[in-house]
Amino acid sequence: MTTAPHKQEQVTLDTFLRGIWEENPVFVMLLGMCPVLAVTNSTLNAIAMGLATLFVLVASGTLVSLLRKMIPREVRIATYIIIIATFVTMVDYAIQAISLDLYNSLGAFIQLIVVNCVILGRAEAYASRQRVGAAVVNALGMGVGFTIALLCLGTVRELLGAGSILGYPVFSPDFQPWVVMILPPGGFFVLGSWLLLFEWLKQRRERRTLQSEGATAHGS
Amino acid sequence: MDPDSVQFIFLNAAIVNNFVLALFLGICPFLGVSAKKETAWNMGLATMFVMLVSSVCAYGINLLLVRFDIEFLRLISYIAVIASAVQLVEMALKKFSPGLFRALGIFLPLITTNCAILGLALFQTFREYNFIQSLAFSIGAGVGFTLALMLMSGLREKLELARVPTVSQGAAMSLMLAGLLSLAFMGFAGLGSSHA
Amino acid sequence: MNESVQLRSQTSSLAMLRTLGGIAMISGFLVVLVFQWTRPIIAENKRIAIEKAVFQVVPNAVSRKDFVLGPEGISPFGRKAKGETVYAAYNSKGELQGIALEAAAPGYQDVIRILYGYSPKCECVTGIKVLKMTETPGLGDKIAYDPDFLRNFYGLDGTLNEAREGLAHAIVAVKHGSKTEPWQIDAISGATISSKAIGRMIDASGARMFPLIQRHLAGFRQEVVSAERPDES
Repeated sequence: MTTAPHKQEQVTLDTFLRGIWEENPVFVMLLGMCPVLAVTNSTLNAIAMGLATLFVLVASGTLVSLLRKMIPREVRIATYIIIIATFVTMVDYAIQAISLDLYNSLGAFIQLIVVNCVILGRAEAYASRQRVGAAVVNALGMGVGFTIALLCLGTVRELLGAGSILGYPVFSPDFQPWVVMILPPGGFFVLGSWLLLFEWLKQRRERRTLQSEGATAHGS
Repeated sequence: MDPDSVQFIFLNAAIVNNFVLALFLGICPFLGVSAKKETAWNMGLATMFVMLVSSVCAYGINLLLVRFDIEFLRLISYIAVIASAVQLVEMALKKFSPGLFRALGIFLPLITTNCAILGLALFQTFREYNFIQSLAFSIGAGVGFTLALMLMSGLREKLELARVPTVSQGAAMSLMLAGLLSLAFMGFAGLGSSHA
Repeated sequence: MNESVQLRSQTSSLAMLRTLGGIAMISGFLVVLVFQWTRPIIAENKRIAIEKAVFQVVPNAVSRKDFVLGPEGISPFGRKAKGETVYAAYNSKGELQGIALEAAAPGYQDVIRILYGYSPKCECVTGIKVLKMTETPGLGDKIAYDPDFLRNFYGLDGTLNEAREGLAHAIVAVKHGSKTEPWQIDAISGATISSKAIGRMIDASGARMFPLIQRHLAGFRQEVVSAERPDES
């Protein structure tokens, strides 16, 4: 229960970039898994979901940050949830108005953005403590990071599972699609593989820095 | 089997379209609290209980919303009611059954942001289930969730004894396991529909 | 600093209520605004979607009208009547071309929902369109687009029995390549369960609805004549 005033962060490039790489909500923090796995069976769905989440993140971050001095601590979570639910409802109707097909293929997962831990997490851990500018930039970064992660999954799954990207066939007609990739297990496998790749990259880098440090220590 | 029958809805929610392994609802607790069988069991029970409560609440609210023609407030009222229902359950447990509270207590707040609960409420509304069907659906979903959690924790306990490459330890390994489980559950597809 | 912590943690209930009330007001306002703004667009989208599906399953249709049809009779859509919503489709002269009905049955994964057309004149099914399904891509989902399978439904026999209360022959999907009768559906090989589900749902819906349609046929005709071409009646 620390309510000590938090240091106001200066808005730098890092405020934005952090969400994309260092604190990527999906690959690093493993948050908001439900939509990540459920709607990434095609690239288009992944983009739509990413943008919807991005909008809700930025809008709720802005409002929470604007109201941060007025919200009593006791009811803060309830307030955040209401704010988030409001913006999600707006997105829900907007998508229905834009394309009914898209809405049907995303199904209930648009409305389930409400319980995406990334958004509540950002509101609680960042937007409620920072000035509007920083909150918006940070939310943008997180949203873009989330969208990129969805795209990483969506393109791989569509490419392998249907042999196309955004509906356009990529391979020759003889290509036998790996149907399992657009089925539920494929979601787990592809995300698992991405995590493996990132972990491997991280460990390799660590080993290299260790080696080079060892080398310099030897040399001197 | 008739698609509207209680048995079909139950089987469908519990096994064929398992909430975790086929619909990806409730992945966070699935990966987070599936390290030990005991915690998994408690988490499953708590979720099942909350699912039942919120399914009943959601059914009641939807009646009201439709009655007054204000369905655009559905999402906001569902999430508000689920959050307060969880809070109430927590308080009631604390008062009347401290033993159970100690077992389930820490999981209850986590459940509020579990998409399986909100997903359940939304699905039962979209599919226009009546009261009995909603009950069957929520119990089925709860059983399915517990089943998935138990299977996963069993696998992970065994895995602790195995030697896996360091790169694949942790989340990546869990996801691969979940993928295999999900693959296995696909075998249940067609259950209850082949002979009718 | 300790004091400020103390002060903060003792927020009065009034402040809490004020905040929650204020937020609820803002959110209610925003939601209603968006809802009002998007409602006509969404209604239009839905109308186009239904219309497209109806015109796809009933050949030569250009306009449609919704009815509720049940054991108690027929009534225009919107009135509180018991029964199923059906879409009557008319050609450019305002003549009844066919009626589109919805049907559902559990398939391989989950419930499959379709819209299918029925022509009262030839007493046959004129086409189907899958509205919702989660069948396996590449296998079961062929029911939605496989041309050979869809050809089954251009003129699928749905003749009523002598008593005019049910189908003369049950509509049924048979194993791929073994179709011999006009009321049979040639199943897709490798997707027999999904194909059979389609057969079952049309059979159940047809046995229930076709007799009703034939009995209340005048209701579909009169409605459009009085509504669109009053001079001809």
